[in-house]
Amino acid sequence: MSQTTMTAQSIRRQPVLRRLTRNYELYLFALPAVVYFVLFCYAPMFGVQIAFKNFKPNLGIWGSPWVGLKHFQRITTLPSFLQIVRNTLALSLYQLAVGFPVPVVLALCINEMRSSKIRRTVQTVSYAPYFISTVVLVSLLEIFCNEHYGVLNALARAFRQETIPFLTRQQYFRGMYVLSGVWQGAGWSTIVYLSALTSIDPELHESAMIDGASRLQRVWHINMPCILPTLSLLFILQVGGLMSIGFEKVFLMQKDINIELSEVISTYVYKQGLQKLQYSFSAAVGLFNSVVNCLLLVLTNTVTRSLNGNSLF
Amino acid sequence: MRPAAPVKHKRLIRSKDDRIVDFIAYAVGALVVLVTLYPLVFVVSASFSDPARVINGEITLLPKGFTLEGYKRILNYSLIWKGYRNTFLYTLFGTSVNLAVTLPAAYALSRRDFIGRNALTAFFAFTMFFSGGLIPTYLVMKTLRLVNSPLIMVFMGAVSVWNTVIARTFFQGNIPLELQEAAYLDGCSTTQLFLRVVLPLAKPIIAVLALFCAVGHWNSYFNALIYLSNANTYPLQIFLRNILILNQMDAMMMGDPDSMEFLLRMMQLKESMKFGIVVVASVPVLALYPFLQKYFVKGMMVGALKG
Repeated sequence: MSQTTMTAQSIRRQPVLRRLTRNYELYLFALPAVVYFVLFCYAPMFGVQIAFKNFKPNLGIWGSPWVGLKHFQRITTLPSFLQIVRNTLALSLYQLAVGFPVPVVLALCINEMRSSKIRRTVQTVSYAPYFISTVVLVSLLEIFCNEHYGVLNALARAFRQETIPFLTRQQYFRGMYVLSGVWQGAGWSTIVYLSALTSIDPELHESAMIDGASRLQRVWHINMPCILPTLSLLFILQVGGLMSIGFEKVFLMQKDINIELSEVISTYVYKQGLQKLQYSFSAAVGLFNSVVNCLLLVLTNTVTRSLNGNSLF
Repeated sequence: MRPAAPVKHKRLIRSKDDRIVDFIAYAVGALVVLVTLYPLVFVVSASFSDPARVINGEITLLPKGFTLEGYKRILNYSLIWKGYRNTFLYTLFGTSVNLAVTLPAAYALSRRDFIGRNALTAFFAFTMFFSGGLIPTYLVMKTLRLVNSPLIMVFMGAVSVWNTVIARTFFQGNIPLELQEAAYLDGCSTTQLFLRVVLPLAKPIIAVLALFCAVGHWNSYFNALIYLSNANTYPLQIFLRNILILNQMDAMMMGDPDSMEFLLRMMQLKESMKFGIVVVASVPVLALYPFLQKYFVKGMMVGALKG
């Protein structure tokens, strides 16, 4: 250990110039990644100026004329925009409310399983849906909700003597979205919690047992506090992403029948921008979304830090 | 990965409380296994079953009226195989580019004597918090002439901040500094050191990243939807969407409808073929994953330590 730090210090003591010249290769190592980020991330960030311009394809991003806040004013006067923001938030909040606790409970349960064989089987099986593509997931939904041969409707018939149009009635859209998400992601999300549970010192449990703590009490008073930092970190990330609900699944599940509830910001940006070619307006909507996301992330980070001292940055 | 072995209770008298916890844990586990596996088993069974019986909802768990007709038709369905080929190529080249760009950068960032590593990390990490958004990205790609080019499927997402952090953390924690110093003393250049000493020691993390990236490429559909419009370059997922969700299936493969019965039969076949297509599309990843599971999990854990 001390050996390592000594070596690190000895490197550090060398003159800056020698370190720079000796390690010029390291800069070459980093170069491709830098080029990537410049071209694929930072260039689009500068391109965001078209939100304040009237983009003309023949004039390009830099040459198009400035129009100030015109597109943003249009957003605020758009009657459907409020509904779209509400849809985005509602979908995210449902997902957070249902999707966030499930992996925690699941991880606590897996951790309590004494038989390691059973535990490993449950883990292997529950991770599997994570590897199914979104396209396949949505088609599985269609298959299982089919009114003729869908298993969910077979169940519905058994209990309610009627079929339920899960995918063609818009009030079911949010429920189907959230539940299919839990089916796909809950198992995979347990990994992080399980790794936090692994790092708990067994002595804590032993001394608690000597003091007469029951198993339930130990889960609640030892396991829960130990995963709390991980929990709040993931919570921050999820709240930070409230306005950036994934495009793929919503877009795939969208139908004319459920469009009122299923139009979210990302799908709206796609349609206005790439289908109706209103580049500038659509970029303005996207910029609004990115800024709100950034603010949300900073806000939740501040709140969780003041509450329990865990924060992302 | 194994969770901490729960303290052994064998010698102790199991209290009521203890048994309740056991019961809940195993009941939840059983429920999860059932809910996860049933849909997958159902789809496989239905793909081997007589189309008419599938459509009538006769399948509950096992195949009924075993037939390979659906698979035979899928085998002759050229679009699926075109998509398969494209996706395979995108996955192969995309993953190679991912690794070739991510690993050297992550190694550079892991070196304490790399001046500017903090600034560079911040430069990378900032892209996680703010992005230009879809439209500006699209316009920039258009300027770069990458729109409608298969190259975009390879280069888009070549580096992810997350993967770079995972690899950097691994290099920092698992490649002894003394070894690197010794290599330098023996007259190794940084490139030689990286290729001959560091990479061979980094096999676990290379496996993890390769798997993450490959699964990502295999399942990706967003970039193709946005940037590609030539059907010859479509990946599998786009064809899957057209067939499974938009219900577009070539009429030519169905033959000429000469009677109502034949038409009905074709309709049924078309529905039941979807099951086989789902299987064909998901099997490569699902069949590989249990063997590679430990790597995936390791990758998640390395990342979680320094998120």
